[in-house]
Amino acid sequence: MSQAQPNKVIYGQTLVELGERNPRIVVLDADVPRSTNTYRFRDAFPDRFFDCGVAEQNMICIAAGLAASGKIAFASTFAVFASMRACEQVRTSVAYPRLNVKIVATNAGVDNAGDGVTHQGIEDLAIMRAIPNMTVLSPSDPVTTRKAVLAIAQLDGPVYLRLGRNPSPVLHEENVEFELGKMIPLRDGDDLAVIATGNMVHEALIAAEALAGQGIEARVLDCHTVKPIDNAAILDAARATRGIITAEDHNLIGGLGGAVCEVVSELWPTRVRRVGLKDCFASSGRDYRELLAHFQMDAAAIQAAAQELWSSNGVHALSASSARCATR
Amino acid sequence: MNDRTPSDIGVRELEAVARKLRGQIIRMIAAAGSGHCGGSLSAVDILTYLYFRELRIRPNEPRWPERDRFLLSKGHCAPALYAVLAERGYFPKEKLWTLRGIESTLQGHPDMRKTPGVDMTTGSLGQGFSCAVGIALAGKLDRKDYRVYVVLGDSELQTGLLWEAAMMARQQGLDHLVAIIDNNKLQSDGVTKTIVDIEPIAEKWRAFGWEARRIDGHDFGQIHAAVVQSKSANGQPKVIIADTVKGKGVSFMEGLVSWHSGAPNPQQTAAALHELEARA
Repeated sequence: MSQAQPNKVIYGQTLVELGERNPRIVVLDADVPRSTNTYRFRDAFPDRFFDCGVAEQNMICIAAGLAASGKIAFASTFAVFASMRACEQVRTSVAYPRLNVKIVATNAGVDNAGDGVTHQGIEDLAIMRAIPNMTVLSPSDPVTTRKAVLAIAQLDGPVYLRLGRNPSPVLHEENVEFELGKMIPLRDGDDLAVIATGNMVHEALIAAEALAGQGIEARVLDCHTVKPIDNAAILDAARATRGIITAEDHNLIGGLGGAVCEVVSELWPTRVRRVGLKDCFASSGRDYRELLAHFQMDAAAIQAAAQELWSSNGVHALSASSARCATR
Repeated sequence: MNDRTPSDIGVRELEAVARKLRGQIIRMIAAAGSGHCGGSLSAVDILTYLYFRELRIRPNEPRWPERDRFLLSKGHCAPALYAVLAERGYFPKEKLWTLRGIESTLQGHPDMRKTPGVDMTTGSLGQGFSCAVGIALAGKLDRKDYRVYVVLGDSELQTGLLWEAAMMARQQGLDHLVAIIDNNKLQSDGVTKTIVDIEPIAEKWRAFGWEARRIDGHDFGQIHAAVVQSKSANGQPKVIIADTVKGKGVSFMEGLVSWHSGAPNPQQTAAALHELEARA
């Protein structure tokens, strides 16, 4: 596995792998199996696949009923629908009874550039993080996506996992150690720390290379599990470096940046700069990376936030994380 | 017992059990200081019939895989479910008086993780029915012969989720799924018909591909007949529209929206228990 592939393709392939091994695996979708890639499981195990139509709330409760009957139910649709249209079903029928439902949502963040705001899930990390009993994942590349899907199938309980639709380059070695709740270091450095999740891990690595060229060594941590967050890795970054930059394809409120701030403010106050969507709706775009650049969420934005943090004396004038959305 | 005729299902015995459970419902809600009397009393005859005449269950083995499943989608009427579960021996009756207490095994709405015999956590209206479709789907997938019963409040027909689930049940041919609507015609804010009318109920379900029957939900003979008739393996899910009276059995609660929720005070509790005993 060396070439870039959409993580959702890896998800579909891994589902088939799981289905071959475990007859308890069932998969549900809400009219988008060709997009989420659950069609791969449907083609292999048609009896264990249920398309619920455009009825996401029903899909989640049916998954809950299947899980209450001993199944491991994977339910997939786009992040915006999984986290918001079906939010209370997730909360009350899945999370509260701790049922074995794995909600795997694609088109997370502004990753679905072309379709625009209606199909961009930019609040899902915040929403799912706020629900008790939920484990929340956002893997970055094909290698960790496969490992994450295998890991959550082993975990007895509710999970929300978000994925992108664009090809993701391979960032990790095939034999990388993947443990739920534990960040994976991708680059060492004690000047600054960049903690990134999902698609933004790749951007963080590009930014770290550029910073190194300017004499700033930034460590890069792949935060594939946003909840429970890896307190130890954050604490270590806070102690060892001058500050932390977070990067996520998500609204700045309540996602990875929020989670990191919660930890450092209680355990080891340090300066943080959050890179993400600045509390605004994005827009359509013909190219994902152009959209990221436009909304100051790409590698250049991470680099700029890092430089500002590095050179500032703690006073945060008007940097990436506090500026209002440029377009409104 | 499923082949009994209305005359030999033991109507007198069922009526006595239901009367006893009504008294327990009143006492539980009075002890808790809050709860839903009206809907618990309208649904209790249906629950009594199911738990004492129909469901294939093992109270000493609540998670027996072959059991029939029961879901109370109108989860706010948990006191009726708890009373019938205790009467069937799922847990000691003394637990009933802990209703709604901190750390009680009897939560304000049914909790499958806390109460033996509760098959699904319910209470957010519409969701229990949708979960029942999932459980019925699992039974079909596993080629099990258990049946799935779900009791709905009439106002749950106002939720969109319910109709999503109704379509899915038909699509999947879940003919072992039986929904029973406790049609007491009142909801939290008043008379269902004047808020958002759900009639014509049977026609709606038939249009969604379900086999529908309408009965008097306080007549054990009619409940029995409808449940027996709902067993055909014809690919169609079944619905029984049970016309009921909110607050049934306690005259000063009957037909009053004000008894949708709220605990009786000590005088009202005594009067209700006195009336139920006098009917014995």
